[in-house]
Amino acid sequence: MNDQPVLRATGIYKSYQKDSLEVPVLRGVDLDVPYGKITAMVGRSGSGKSTLMHLLATLDRPDQGEIYFRGKRIDNASRAERDAYRNRDIGVIFQFYHLLPELSAVENVLAPMMIGQSTWQYFRNRKQARLRAEAMLDRVGLLHRGAHKPSELSGGEMQRTAIARSLMTQPSVLLADEPTGNLDTETGADILRLLRGLNRDDGLTVVMITHDDSIAAGADNLLRMKNGRIQDERILQVA
Amino acid sequence: MDPIPAEGTAMYRWLLCFRYLRTRYIALASIISVMLGVATLIVVNSVMAGFAAEMHDRLHGLASDILIECHASGGMPDPDGHLKEIRAILGDKVEGASVSVHVPAMLGIEFNGQLITRHVNLVGIDPETYDTVSQFGRFLLHPQNQSMVDFNLRDGGYAPDRENFPDAGWAYRRQRASYEKLLAEERDRIDAAVRKARGEQPATASDPSDDAAAQGPSMSYGFSPAMIESNDAGQAKMFDASVDQFPGIVLGIATCSSRMRDSDGDVRDHFYCRPGDDVRMMFPNASDNAKVVNQKFTVIDLYESGMSEYDSTFAFVRLDQLQEFRGMINPESGIRSVTTVQLKLVPGANLNEARDDLRRRFPPDVYAFNIQTWRDMQGPLLAAVRLETTILNILLFLIIAVAGFGILATFFMIVVEKTRDIGTLKALGASGGGVMSIFLSYGLLLGIVGSGVGMVGGLLFVKYINSIAAVIEKITGQEVFDPTVYYFNSIPTIVDPITIAWVVAGSILIATTASVLPALRAARMNPVRSLRFE
Repeated sequence: MNDQPVLRATGIYKSYQKDSLEVPVLRGVDLDVPYGKITAMVGRSGSGKSTLMHLLATLDRPDQGEIYFRGKRIDNASRAERDAYRNRDIGVIFQFYHLLPELSAVENVLAPMMIGQSTWQYFRNRKQARLRAEAMLDRVGLLHRGAHKPSELSGGEMQRTAIARSLMTQPSVLLADEPTGNLDTETGADILRLLRGLNRDDGLTVVMITHDDSIAAGADNLLRMKNGRIQDERILQVA
Repeated sequence: MDPIPAEGTAMYRWLLCFRYLRTRYIALASIISVMLGVATLIVVNSVMAGFAAEMHDRLHGLASDILIECHASGGMPDPDGHLKEIRAILGDKVEGASVSVHVPAMLGIEFNGQLITRHVNLVGIDPETYDTVSQFGRFLLHPQNQSMVDFNLRDGGYAPDRENFPDAGWAYRRQRASYEKLLAEERDRIDAAVRKARGEQPATASDPSDDAAAQGPSMSYGFSPAMIESNDAGQAKMFDASVDQFPGIVLGIATCSSRMRDSDGDVRDHFYCRPGDDVRMMFPNASDNAKVVNQKFTVIDLYESGMSEYDSTFAFVRLDQLQEFRGMINPESGIRSVTTVQLKLVPGANLNEARDDLRRRFPPDVYAFNIQTWRDMQGPLLAAVRLETTILNILLFLIIAVAGFGILATFFMIVVEKTRDIGTLKALGASGGGVMSIFLSYGLLLGIVGSGVGMVGGLLFVKYINSIAAVIEKITGQEVFDPTVYYFNSIPTIVDPITIAWVVAGSILIATTASVLPALRAARMNPVRSLRFE
């Protein structure tokens, strides 16, 4: 099972309509995300990294091509299946954290659980869920900040909360869209260390978009995107 | 893999919409408008229901259950035979029955030397049975008359619980009679002195108006002597107003008084005549070749039901006397005629069925009878009140609909503001339906909170409506509830739980419906586009 790529994309084409003009973004992307590795995607703005990420997260659908998660095609799955996939199989973090401002940190971490379960289920399991949310916060080192609203947290804390949230439903893949892009170098390095730790300890597969070559250099797997294609692929064997 | 639970059951939407409710103060504006609408609807409905019930009660109390009117001026002979027949048809459903004579009449009141004329319905009633079919005695002013009226003037003690009621009764009548006697003597004396000074002979046949002054009201003018069958012509010489009275009459209070406000703003009644005064009635006799009967009566009491229609048009006399005056007694058989039979049925009896039974027995093409229930008679009025309530409800629901559009606009704003969060939720696996349900629940919650607060406010308002009216009066100096208009002393209210349930449910529905469009927009939002917003 571990030989099989967790995520596989084949022949992805995607273009956006801008006014009456069709702007191609992805032009035939083939991609394998190996299990239990950190894969970094680098490339200039507009090279299609984020679009590819959104397609992998099924937030959008490719014009052409197929996306498989553990050998199962997901790009044309039903709406409910894609919702469940996003909720349970993957975790997503963003450059701008995207925490819900009305909820405290711990409630933000609980959100995927609340989304994934009915009110009744949630009420029955709320103690365990809370414990798990606190454990996740503890994992990212923010247990003491659980009751705070996002507006009271620093950027690094918000990103760590977002990571805790993405881990809540025990996904096998974490998709990170420039997780350090909005943070200073030191905080960014902290986040990166955290991701690496998760990868090492829990075998979490991480797909990460970054601008920063030094961060990319630390990845197991580097994908360079240019003009809607993956330019070259270099697999680093890390001892 | 379990599917994601159906939208609407998930927990996060409640958490989020409660949080939105607490943090989006703009939503408060929508809540307030829903609240005001609901409160107004409840107050208006309660007051209207109170008015309608009060009116219903009064109308029903005043009118008997079933009224059988005979169109013929001479009425129907042998009322006892008719009553027997009616009892045979309706069986033990009849609780009470009374016969009476209704006749249109003109009332003449002399006041300060001026003649005031009013059109009234003169009703000859049988005091023994009339109270069994409709409320009558309880509306009289004298406490003793309230239990049994004998159409004789009482010494005094009219309207003991009424402030500013003028002197009335025998004491007043004697006082007035002696005053008028003195006035007449003085006038005669001056007259004689004037004539003497002019060297004329003392008048032998005195001017009619001089004489009439002693008798009270007079209205010999206006009608040719041939038309008027004056019954009191010969009596004038023997009649002494200080000890004698004419046949007794009970006048509707509004036929002989006017209600107005004095300079202090207090409501006062002004009486043109009162118990003890004499009035003149003119009405047609029962013959085929009708003539006007001109009869004087002594007012022995006033009738105040609170329904201006009754108070301003009715005058009651004794049935046997009216039958005599109108010649409704067959000189050979001695059988008397009546124009109206009033029936009171046992509580819960089906009035329409009874009416239809009677109509079958007395078909209108054979008998000149008009058989109606009290509802038939007051139908237009009751229908008007219903219509009024309906229209008010529609208008007020439009107000809530306006509040609904407020919610719509507010929600569109909130959805735009929450674009990023909506994208986030979708990225976390929330379905479009789930996101939609957040905003639907939000609208529902707004509706529940708004109409809940509005309901409590409205009910409190209804409960203390009279105190509130008093406070407003004190502040503005304007009378909110004008007893000169309504004849009620306080605002009647009835709270109907079903109406309130409808109002609350309706406004919650409107609030929820108003949130459908913004919720749909949120559900259809492209997550990629909403996540790109920074």
